[in-house]
Amino acid sequence: MTMKWSGWALTTGVLAISAMAQAAPPSATMLSYACAGCHGTNGGSAGPSMPSLAGQSKEAIVDAMKKFKSGARPATVMGRLAKGYSDADIAAMGEFFSKQKLHATDQTLDKAKIAKGASLQEANCGRCHIEDGKEGKDDTPAMASQWLPYLQIQMTDYLSGKRKMPEKMEEKVKPMSKADLEALLHFYASVK
Amino acid sequence: MTLERRNFLKLLGAGAATAGLAGCATQPGSPAARKVVVIGGGYGGTIAAKYVRMMDPSIEVTLIERNDHFVSCPFSNLYIGGLMKDLTSLTIKYDKLAANYGIKVVQAEVTGIDAAGHSVTTSKGVFKYDRLVVSPGVEFRTDEIKGYDIASTPEIMPHAWKAGPQTVLLRKQLEAMKPGGNVIISIPLAPFRCPPGPYERASMIAMYLKQHKPGSKVIILDANPDIVSKKGLFLKGWKKHYDGLIDYRPAKKVTEVDTGKMAVMIEGIEEVKGAVINIIPPQKAGHIAHVAGLVGADKKWCPVNPTTFESTLHKDIHVIGDSSIAGAMPKSGYSANSEAKVCATNIVAMMNGKEITEMSAINTCYSFLSAKEAVSVTGVYKVNAEKQAIEGVAGSVAVSPDLSEVEAIYAESWLKNILTEMST
Repeated sequence: MTMKWSGWALTTGVLAISAMAQAAPPSATMLSYACAGCHGTNGGSAGPSMPSLAGQSKEAIVDAMKKFKSGARPATVMGRLAKGYSDADIAAMGEFFSKQKLHATDQTLDKAKIAKGASLQEANCGRCHIEDGKEGKDDTPAMASQWLPYLQIQMTDYLSGKRKMPEKMEEKVKPMSKADLEALLHFYASVK
Repeated sequence: MTLERRNFLKLLGAGAATAGLAGCATQPGSPAARKVVVIGGGYGGTIAAKYVRMMDPSIEVTLIERNDHFVSCPFSNLYIGGLMKDLTSLTIKYDKLAANYGIKVVQAEVTGIDAAGHSVTTSKGVFKYDRLVVSPGVEFRTDEIKGYDIASTPEIMPHAWKAGPQTVLLRKQLEAMKPGGNVIISIPLAPFRCPPGPYERASMIAMYLKQHKPGSKVIILDANPDIVSKKGLFLKGWKKHYDGLIDYRPAKKVTEVDTGKMAVMIEGIEEVKGAVINIIPPQKAGHIAHVAGLVGADKKWCPVNPTTFESTLHKDIHVIGDSSIAGAMPKSGYSANSEAKVCATNIVAMMNGKEITEMSAINTCYSFLSAKEAVSVTGVYKVNAEKQAIEGVAGSVAVSPDLSEVEAIYAESWLKNILTEMST
């Protein structure tokens, strides 16, 4: 009996060790699920200052993460967390979030500002923030349905120079009034 | 026989439950659905239940929790400091989670786990499982404090280390305290739930005293030789906001309490009196982990395989959150959330005879220093294959450079997101 047990245990033990060695590299879901504590399940944020990642393009996620990692984009926790991931990890996460459906937020917005923003967006921002901000050209992030407070924090960082604007964005944003910019943010936050 | 059985389990070591072994519980063609049972509806358990269902809706999931709601420990210090009217924003229920993901939620007390028979005994009957997730949080080692009665002492000297009535009691005692009275916070030796928590609490209480109780101060009696977490930031915040209001005393282990005298004893020799005394007792894995034999040689915490969180002592039982020994990961709410997903991912893989995946987890934890400033600690965690232990990835484990108003704003969204993730 004892012999049998230990014999089996030995075999299984060996099997067990080899099974552990066989663990596959972290999958896209394994990597991305960890983000959801702050960014919401599958990247749909319920927190007004936290961006939704769902529906962002792979390019936008990769660009953001690389800039966080290098310090080019100002951050609180993201600059530190991005250092924990390899380029391959980041690409996998970008792939994962790009496959999630754009997260529609339910937030209180100013109707007049939305209308004003709507009238400004096509001519000023539409070349990169395409489809009313539901998509972005190349690594331009999707803005549709993002939380207004998140968009406002980002715009504040852009205007203060803390976050560097892409050249084409700077050309458009610089001459605009604060009221116009605010209206644009209300517009993008409203798009579902 | 019992001994052999135990050796066998030990040899299995990291639980490892190969796909083949896991398969035993679910014979192909078996008419019965495969079952996962989760014990504990907190930061870990809710997420384990949800993510198993998200990844494989053919697995039946039952979540067993003794209460009909859960109150978050993270942010409860803000209530104690007077920044919240009540605990509503920290409280979740399970109905939406149950409906959205088809999780059977049972409000019951777990009384035993039969590891060999794969069943959980509760006040509402027996539940069979193929795999079990145990996420019971912490229990207190009150036997290490002389004079501490598990029932009556916390009513006089609250721990407020499990959020709910205890949190409210501590707040009420602070409000009722006469100006000039001292508040004692006693901190146990690490590891304990939420390493920066006691120091955040001291900050929040000092903030309240500064405004409402002239002449009062906080005395921290820390069993540890130094501040356990975010040290530089706490010291900076205390100097900035509460200079002279926080008397920090390291290496002062409270060994005895006297509720009649409202006093505590340090190492049996030094007596310190307080008008309000917050005893945070030393901790260990939740009660059920001890009953089920999931606790390791240290008699405190549960050893697990770092990739699957399967117990190294009992096959097919996984332990996550505060109760588990998760290497470098701190005992925090976010850790429990992240560990739950790692565990769920590999449970689903094993139950489907698929290859397990290397773990990748995160911790992000905020502490408030004042009404408007917070600081954070972060970390990305992976398993060091050679050591078979969870380690922080270089560069990712770090604290904020300074006190920050923006971090306080992000912290609020952290709470909103993590509680929404647990409850919907």
